[in-house]
Amino acid sequence: MKRIKKIWHWIDDRSGYSDYVVPLMKHIVPRDARWWYVFGSATLTAFFVQVLTGICLAMVYVPGGDEAYMSLKYITETAFMGHIIRGMHYYGASAMVMLTVMHMMQVYLHATYKYPREMNWMSGVVLMMVVLGMAFSGQLLRWDDNGVWSVMVASEMAARVPFIGSWLSHFIFGGETVGGSTLTRFYVFHVFIMPAIIFAGIGLHMVLLLRHGVSEMPNVDQPVDPATYREDYEARLKKTGVPFWPDAMWRDVVFSTVVVVGILLCAIFFGAPSLSTPPNPSNIHSNPMPDWYFWWYFTILSTLPSNLETWIILGSPVLGFLILLLVPFFSNKGHRAPSKRPWSVGIIVFGVTSFVLLTIYGYYKPWSPDFGVTPLPESVIGVSEGPVFEGGNLVYKKGCLYCHHIDGHGGHRGPVLSNIGQKLTRQDLTIRIMNGGYNMPSFAGSMSSEDLSHIVDFLLTRKEEDSTEPAQ
Amino acid sequence: MNPESQAESSGCDACEQCDQRRSFLTKLTLGLSGLIGAIMVLPGVAFILGPVVKKKKEVWRPIGSLDDFKIDDDFSLVTYEDPSPVPWSGVTAKSGAWVRRISDTEFKAFSITCRHLGCPVRWLSGPELFMCPCHGGVYYKDGTVAAGPPPEPLHTMQIRVVKGEVEIKTIPVPLTTTPLKESDV
Ligand code: FES
Repeated sequence: MKRIKKIWHWIDDRSGYSDYVVPLMKHIVPRDARWWYVFGSATLTAFFVQVLTGICLAMVYVPGGDEAYMSLKYITETAFMGHIIRGMHYYGASAMVMLTVMHMMQVYLHATYKYPREMNWMSGVVLMMVVLGMAFSGQLLRWDDNGVWSVMVASEMAARVPFIGSWLSHFIFGGETVGGSTLTRFYVFHVFIMPAIIFAGIGLHMVLLLRHGVSEMPNVDQPVDPATYREDYEARLKKTGVPFWPDAMWRDVVFSTVVVVGILLCAIFFGAPSLSTPPNPSNIHSNPMPDWYFWWYFTILSTLPSNLETWIILGSPVLGFLILLLVPFFSNKGHRAPSKRPWSVGIIVFGVTSFVLLTIYGYYKPWSPDFGVTPLPESVIGVSEGPVFEGGNLVYKKGCLYCHHIDGHGGHRGPVLSNIGQKLTRQDLTIRIMNGGYNMPSFAGSMSSEDLSHIVDFLLTRKEEDSTEPAQ
Repeated sequence: MNPESQAESSGCDACEQCDQRRSFLTKLTLGLSGLIGAIMVLPGVAFILGPVVKKKKEVWRPIGSLDDFKIDDDFSLVTYEDPSPVPWSGVTAKSGAWVRRISDTEFKAFSITCRHLGCPVRWLSGPELFMCPCHGGVYYKDGTVAAGPPPEPLHTMQIRVVKGEVEIKTIPVPLTTTPLKESDV
């Protein structure tokens, strides 16, 4: 026993554990923080899950043209525990993105970014951007057809940058098209560069946390006054503070446990995301779709007026980043309590609601033609022969159903045609089909007059059951 | 003894020669550090930017014999190899185009890349339209935009027939800011 103690003393003395690490662990923190402050540490835990599972995946994953897809198939289908590790990496990414955003929302709501913690916030904003970069590049490393077309979309966006656009695109491709050099670029970003930035960023974030101390919960009676804040804070902490370890840390550990167990359970029960077809850039049956946390952005890109598009594609990430980064400079003193900053609550509510709505919209993507439509059944057409029947078949053959919905069949891009016979006359319909209209192609060059007349005959029969209005 | 006290004891702080020496050593250290940095970084930057400055290659690739293409209104999908694939590209070296034979010698070909944000467009022979699955871009059979967000028509590719073999001229991915070259239209 004595010997062990002696050895420990030697290690402690030479490493400085008691002098450096213990005081850090036991630094005094406010006692009122409770469960509000668990998101930051849980983000860190999720990052460790990503690092560890990422290292495991990198032992098998081959970042090469064909091999990446094959090695991922091997990891998922054959390797021992492979689907769990890949699943953990996938759900860990979702957790990390979600927790980063939740942490940021909490900090914003409680105005913790105010004096003297401006730089804590700014380092957090940079970290969040890199986390989103990790999420995007990670999705590409799946290197199935979705991965290939996501690179294509990314480099087309980069191409919109004035003057250096096409250079940027070719830099992203690692050539003039998607190819063998493309994936390795993203691999390097995902595995070396961005994790290094995250490690450094977390280091800075931690140093700043220790330098300025954990903030107290906002109190309406304690607005931030930079002239006296530090003194007041120290005094209050001396009176009511508790050591981080173990008085406050246990909550972080409990919440992190919930997060890690959640990631594991998702990996076990839902498994790793399925791979679509191999990364063949000539495969036109691909339906590229980002991971769920980018669906909101996908919706924005799909619904933008085209004259604003380039500005928003290029400007919104830069502007968004700058606005977030500079939040502390809009106001770094005064009240922190949400009750005194109702607009901050409004911004959070607006942000979350927009995110949810845009995400749902992105999931259904009603702006896309539905390539999976099937011909209208006879029960919908209503007759089994004659021009109306022909017209009912033609709305499928001529592609109307890709965009228009008729009695439970067809896509959602264009207006529903279930009652169109009540709304438009024969002449209106003919003109609309021949000339096209807002976001509708003209069919003048691709439809015979006989087909047109059959389609119009059919459309004029589309009325509500109890409608008595005669078609004109 | 630390350097400061050493300097103090030798009175070097006030010595002009020492000041000069220090200023020289500061410059030397900063200069050499810069040189080390440049030696480490510049070749790497040049290496990484290689693909950007490399001269773009356009080559003719075979896509089938003349008999494989019937004269009609329909486009068929052809695949061909990129102009300069790396040996490990595998399936990623492939590119695609929609090709239609108009007459004995005349062809029409479009790149499959949507001019909005690059998704692969599909030819639908019923409505005679190209449709994009991503954001709802639609093009007519002559490649012009029929609906949706694409700002430019589909990129036309060149086709030639050499001794009964049909060939397509490869292109870099058509980027929306890339001006169309006369020769490609
Ligand atoms: S990429 Fe085709 S419509 Fe957006």
